[in-house]
Amino acid sequence: MIVPAVIAAGLVMIVAVLLIVLALVYYLVSTIVQLRRIAAGLDDVIAGVGEIVEKSAPVNDVVTTINEQLDAGVNLLEGLLVQKAGMSDAIGLIDGLYPGAAAAGLRNFPESTDIDPPRIAEVYTKGTLTLARLGREAPIAAASPEGEVLRNVEGGSLAARELYPEVRQTRPEKLPRSPVIGTDAPVQYEQRDDIGAPRKRLPTRS
Amino acid sequence: MTLWWIGDVVLLVIVLPVVVYLLRGVLEAAKSIVPTVRRTATIANAGSKDLDSAALLLTTREQVKQTVAGVADYGGSLDVILDDADDEAQRA
Repeated sequence: MIVPAVIAAGLVMIVAVLLIVLALVYYLVSTIVQLRRIAAGLDDVIAGVGEIVEKSAPVNDVVTTINEQLDAGVNLLEGLLVQKAGMSDAIGLIDGLYPGAAAAGLRNFPESTDIDPPRIAEVYTKGTLTLARLGREAPIAAASPEGEVLRNVEGGSLAARELYPEVRQTRPEKLPRSPVIGTDAPVQYEQRDDIGAPRKRLPTRS
Repeated sequence: MTLWWIGDVVLLVIVLPVVVYLLRGVLEAAKSIVPTVRRTATIANAGSKDLDSAALLLTTREQVKQTVAGVADYGGSLDVILDDADDEAQRA
């Protein structure tokens, strides 16, 4: 009676151990498969990261060189501007071109932030500048130096017209025609012999 | 004989489920790593492609050098042509 019971217990144990071994085999093999997939994926990752490292290796030196070159350019331009225009006008010019930039100042001139930018570098119409160069009837900033800039983007020609004498601003239908000159002119003037000739009498000195 | 049966029961009821539970946990963890590694590989390859244009920085560096050299030449010429602000102030 004892022998069959021993055999049964032994069989049950064998079955139990066999089940444990089967479970071990199944799960360990599945884990090995997954780990191999992970290893293959990591190979791809390493390849990609290697390319990144290889491609980005010269970036630091190149960017450093570019920054050095640009720094030299900025130093050159700032120095030249300040040397030629003076600190005040340089700041005014910068602020005129880039409104508000004067607050940041120049990089190599820390004292430039303390300067109140003068009102220069404003954009005028071509006619205004022409009159200013001719030196007549061009009250650029003279009438209202603290006022608005004589700049009208949408109607620059109208802004320039205001600088002409009053008769033009009324927009008359006709203006007096310019005199006709030349051989076909309706009014001919006789040629004077004294023009260009030596003076007959020198002006008296007072 | 009784102890033997008790050992069998322990093997079947306790040891086998514990072994299965632990091994299944390891397998699930390994399975969860695989998609993460694949995404990482994809991102690494994309990052590598993004850096293809990094080689153009060499061209940029040369062009910056040439540009700054040109600016320096202009600056030198302007330095000769234009008077300094101090000189103009003294002259005035």
